[in-house]
Amino acid sequence: MKSHLLGAIAATTMLSPVAAMAQTEVQFWHAFTGRLGELVAAQVEEFNAGQSDYVVVQSHKGNYSETLNAGIAAFRAQEQPHILMVFEVGTATMMAAEGAVRPVFEVMAESGATFDSDAYIGAVKGYYTTTDGDMLSLPFNSSTPVLWVNRNAFEAAGVDPDMDLSTWENVGAALDALKAGGSECPLVTAWQSWIHLENFSAYHDVPFASKDNGFAGLDTELMLNGEAQIAHLTAMQEWAQDGKFIYTGRRNEGGANFRAGECALFTESSAGYAGIKAEAEFDFDVRPLPYWQAVASEPQNTIIGGASLWVMAGHEAEEYAGVGEFLAFLSSSGVQAQWHQDTGYLPITAEAGEATKMAGFYEENPGTDVAVMQMTANEPTANSKGLRLGSFDQIRGIIDEELEAIWSGDKTPQEAMDSAKARGDALLRRFEQANG
Amino acid sequence: MEKRVTFKGWLLPLLLIAPQVIISAVFFFYPAGQAIWQSLFIPDPFGLSSQFVGLGNFEFLLGDPFYRAAFLTTAVFSILVTVCSMIPALFLAVIADRLIKGSGVYRTMLIWPYAVAPAVAGVLWLFMFNTRVGVVSWYLGQLGYDWNHVLNGGEAMGLVVVASAWGRISYNFLFFFAALQSVPRSVIEAAAIDGAHFWRRFFTIVLPLITPTAFFLLVVNVVYAFFETFGVIHTITGGGPQQTTTILVYKVFSDGFVGQDLGSSSAQSVILLFVVGLLTVIQFKYVEKRVHY
Repeated sequence: MKSHLLGAIAATTMLSPVAAMAQTEVQFWHAFTGRLGELVAAQVEEFNAGQSDYVVVQSHKGNYSETLNAGIAAFRAQEQPHILMVFEVGTATMMAAEGAVRPVFEVMAESGATFDSDAYIGAVKGYYTTTDGDMLSLPFNSSTPVLWVNRNAFEAAGVDPDMDLSTWENVGAALDALKAGGSECPLVTAWQSWIHLENFSAYHDVPFASKDNGFAGLDTELMLNGEAQIAHLTAMQEWAQDGKFIYTGRRNEGGANFRAGECALFTESSAGYAGIKAEAEFDFDVRPLPYWQAVASEPQNTIIGGASLWVMAGHEAEEYAGVGEFLAFLSSSGVQAQWHQDTGYLPITAEAGEATKMAGFYEENPGTDVAVMQMTANEPTANSKGLRLGSFDQIRGIIDEELEAIWSGDKTPQEAMDSAKARGDALLRRFEQANG
Repeated sequence: MEKRVTFKGWLLPLLLIAPQVIISAVFFFYPAGQAIWQSLFIPDPFGLSSQFVGLGNFEFLLGDPFYRAAFLTTAVFSILVTVCSMIPALFLAVIADRLIKGSGVYRTMLIWPYAVAPAVAGVLWLFMFNTRVGVVSWYLGQLGYDWNHVLNGGEAMGLVVVASAWGRISYNFLFFFAALQSVPRSVIEAAAIDGAHFWRRFFTIVLPLITPTAFFLLVVNVVYAFFETFGVIHTITGGGPQQTTTILVYKVFSDGFVGQDLGSSSAQSVILLFVVGLLTVIQFKYVEKRVHY
């Protein structure tokens, strides 16, 4: 008995260093559960099976905020992973952490893996590159807001579901008609700050914050209390007061109402596709996000939400080589096209988009290309490249609070947004002080 | 004559108090000291650099009207939670004390909710009051009341108070019940013979005799409302709508773990430490005078 145990110990101690020498381990921390978690695990498995030099170990570390916190805490304890998934609002935090992260373009150049930063779609890549065009983190899952239409709800209220909904002016008319036709929930939204302020600003080519939305420096200030934003929020407030816009919460709570068929219109991420397709027992359409004709003659482009992969500092060179291989694998067009079709997230390379089109996916699943077209319609401007603001997760919390004051009628849009600016700027100044 | 044990030498007494001292040092003094130290800096999240700002973090906080508003929210919330968890518990304990048959079952049923973790309790209550699928909100809708805690601050506060107090009633019930059992029967019977009816006996004899327990529960419940209700608020409202349910502890979390602002978060912990210390002193100095042991 005893000799068996000793034998087992000897065997394991002899075997383990051999295994470690043969394959270099790369730790990958992400924030996906459920179906998305399975898809990530499948990608990792495919990579591990396809070569024998490296083994990627994926672990789920909670939601986006929790994953970022886990990465930060691990860095402080010097046990950081090689690759950390960080949501887009954490971008400025990661960028400012020089010494904790390694820019992706640098890692890729050293590892010798194939990497052409021009292959990535501009509006996706722009969020994660410096003003000089160097890619800092690899876009992983990116989506953009679109308008979801419940055709049955339109018909039930006696409104033509094929009507033009490309402008908010027309949507306003549709809401009147839906309400008059007895709809209890004409319009609902998810992620109100992301859609109705951040994307709204980019889409109408007005600044959300100074210094190119924060890309050009830490001394940025919020500009979300501009004329265009106030006009939009004023209309939304009226709709909320009249029961035409139903507020359901700060995150994507409204998705449940829409998928259950209660609501006629829903502004939500294009990545809502999988869930809506699986659950909706009605005919639905995907339309581009509306714009105000009174503000812009034609829409600019929307910006992305989602997450990117950051490479953490403090590891061995050969491990970085493995990181490079894995990131190159993830952005290869086959993997990307599959990811795009499975999840509704945008393809991150133009080639993956082409491959999806060639495979006839968009024809079989009408509407799935709306987000891609909306993102790539125009070359991004300084106002529509993305946002890079410190403490942005918390600033979004402030914006949520102020928007709630608008929907409940406690504040006028101007008062609320002036207050959001003052409170958000205070946090930006603290971030500047901590990272300057 | 007071009984005193005298030790020869220092070793044994030091050894005897060592466990308590070590636990306090590791789990209280060290972290509290760290919080005070960190509250003087603005560090970056990764701990790569940090700047000394003296009392700058405190200045920033106390100059922020939303932080000051959180004090008021915390006060309202703590008072409501304490009242809503102690009075029903006392009432239930009095009833249980009168039961002769089946009191065991009754007691067990009443103690159950205490086993539910705050975050789980939060989800349970949220599910009942969910504006779309909640059972309670549906019935309220049938009665013509439009329940919407997502936008209505008063309703949100009510919901987090009830969810926080619910599990706590069990805990308080246990203590009140034990206290009631220890009230001497002879005193109550003497009063009954003199013609005092039940509630009169309760207010003039029983209540004064259980004040030590009530006082203990008051202190413990206030501390609970301050620190342990985080899970309930996080799951139900996330501090909203607007900031109507953002209590001080929730703000420590959102600044520290959402905003990654460890300097401000530490400063808030220090302020919280002083507030709770002050409250405990006040309770012992003034309220305890009315307690008869």
